[in-house]
Amino acid sequence: MSALLSVQSFHVHYGAVEAVRGIDFEIREGEIIALLGANGAGKSSTLNALVGLVPVAAGTVMFDGSDITHNAPETLAPAGLTLSPEGRRVFGTLSVAENLLMGAYGIRDKLAVAAAWDRVYTLFPILHERRDQFAGTLSGGQQQMLAVGRALMSNPRLLLLDEPSLGLAPKIVEQVFELITLLRDQGVTLAVVEQNVAMALEVADRGYLMSGGRIVAAGSAAELAQSDSLQSAYLGAG
Amino acid sequence: MDLILQQTVNAFALGGTYALLALGLAVVFSIMGLINFAHGELMTIAGYVLMYCGLAGFPFVLSVALAVSAAVAAAVLMERIAFRPVRNASGATMLVTSFAIAMILQVLFQNLISARSQAVVLPQFLSASVQFGGLIIGINKIAAIAATVIMLVFLDRFMKHQKTGIAMRASAEDFAVARLMGIRANTVIAGAFALSGLLAGVAAVLWVSQRASVDPLMGFTPVLKAFIAAILGGLGSLRGAVAGGFLLGFIEIYLAAFLPQELQEFRDPIGLCIVVAVLLFRPNGLIPSLALKAEKV
Repeated sequence: MSALLSVQSFHVHYGAVEAVRGIDFEIREGEIIALLGANGAGKSSTLNALVGLVPVAAGTVMFDGSDITHNAPETLAPAGLTLSPEGRRVFGTLSVAENLLMGAYGIRDKLAVAAAWDRVYTLFPILHERRDQFAGTLSGGQQQMLAVGRALMSNPRLLLLDEPSLGLAPKIVEQVFELITLLRDQGVTLAVVEQNVAMALEVADRGYLMSGGRIVAAGSAAELAQSDSLQSAYLGAG
Repeated sequence: MDLILQQTVNAFALGGTYALLALGLAVVFSIMGLINFAHGELMTIAGYVLMYCGLAGFPFVLSVALAVSAAVAAAVLMERIAFRPVRNASGATMLVTSFAIAMILQVLFQNLISARSQAVVLPQFLSASVQFGGLIIGINKIAAIAATVIMLVFLDRFMKHQKTGIAMRASAEDFAVARLMGIRANTVIAGAFALSGLLAGVAAVLWVSQRASVDPLMGFTPVLKAFIAAILGGLGSLRGAVAGGFLLGFIEIYLAAFLPQELQEFRDPIGLCIVVAVLLFRPNGLIPSLALKAEKV
């Protein structure tokens, strides 16, 4: 199976700080990838640079056969790649329905957008119930559903999720991971950055472990769960 | 009693003009963090177009349409030529850029048109007035209030029901995430400038129709007032800009009408003291912008 996304010698800098120092990885169609590592390992920087929110200092990113390394963020959702950012970042002063409408902003195909409304409201009946409410008044778990729902409105082929379980109650966290599996079954490829390593490796097919801006271990979820590098990466020894 | 009512009408007319101007500043500020001090020159441009159309003998409705269109076009050009290259620079850089544009345009007006104030031909009916009971109200005041209401309703509809308007609200709240949704930064920013030009153009027509003249520095004072109004209302908040504009209009008109004669020369400082007093109790303005509040948490 060919790679949907492939990343080569990828660097991200913030001024003089090298957040990501030359990583290579790929995501194949239909996979769930877990991107793991301690705070500051470079996971979020990687995702943000993939979608153009921070510039790529060096390297190439190929998505679905085309080079998107330096594409502007607004071109990626229509191309089938989107990110649900860390901290959810729903538009709190917009209603739930307006948030979802914005998710489909770049999509011209009206039929696809109509199907996306159906899909999101079927997945999350609570969003339909609260469609006229300001997104800022939703609970954390509902905001996470809205953030994912908003990302799904563009019918992404590859959905990047940055810390989807952060700050949520354990029961809601379980729902989030069930959702990730469900989306994969619906044909969405996912890459998930997670603090919750155990849960992430439970749903993921493969994983990459980052430390100090580099990938220090890679493999199937089962292999990574067994590896020593996992513990050392989180304890800072890696 | 009649005097109070009379002055209240005046306050609504002046406050409405300030509200439109403050809204124009706020629309741009909420999206790109720029306070565009060249906003006043958009007014001046619209004023000159009104003057030339009057000289050419155009019907007033056509003159107004052309003047407002000129302000919109000038605003869009201003963004494209001057602000786009410094879009990602600091707020201070953009502020200085806006001062530079304002000064360049003022000098151009002075040299290409005239340094002196020019008369604007206005239709007779604007200077007429109607009587309601004991009140005598100028048609130009009624027109100003009506135009303000129409613009506010239009803007509210646009921001709530048009996809572009909703995208502008989304961008004002979180520009990066809005771009992730496929909302084009260029479109939203150009749209914000076009909207601010529209508001400046309408405000200019109202301003000129109270004075029947236009000069190169015409835009400076009203925009300074609008800036105060925007701060008073809560910088970046659209509802706040409207509230601040009306409140400032009321403060100015009531002080002019009811302050004792010997204090009249201190009218502006007294007015600003009231503004400062309001800000002491509401440091983020009357209706603070939610986006700004979130950033401070």
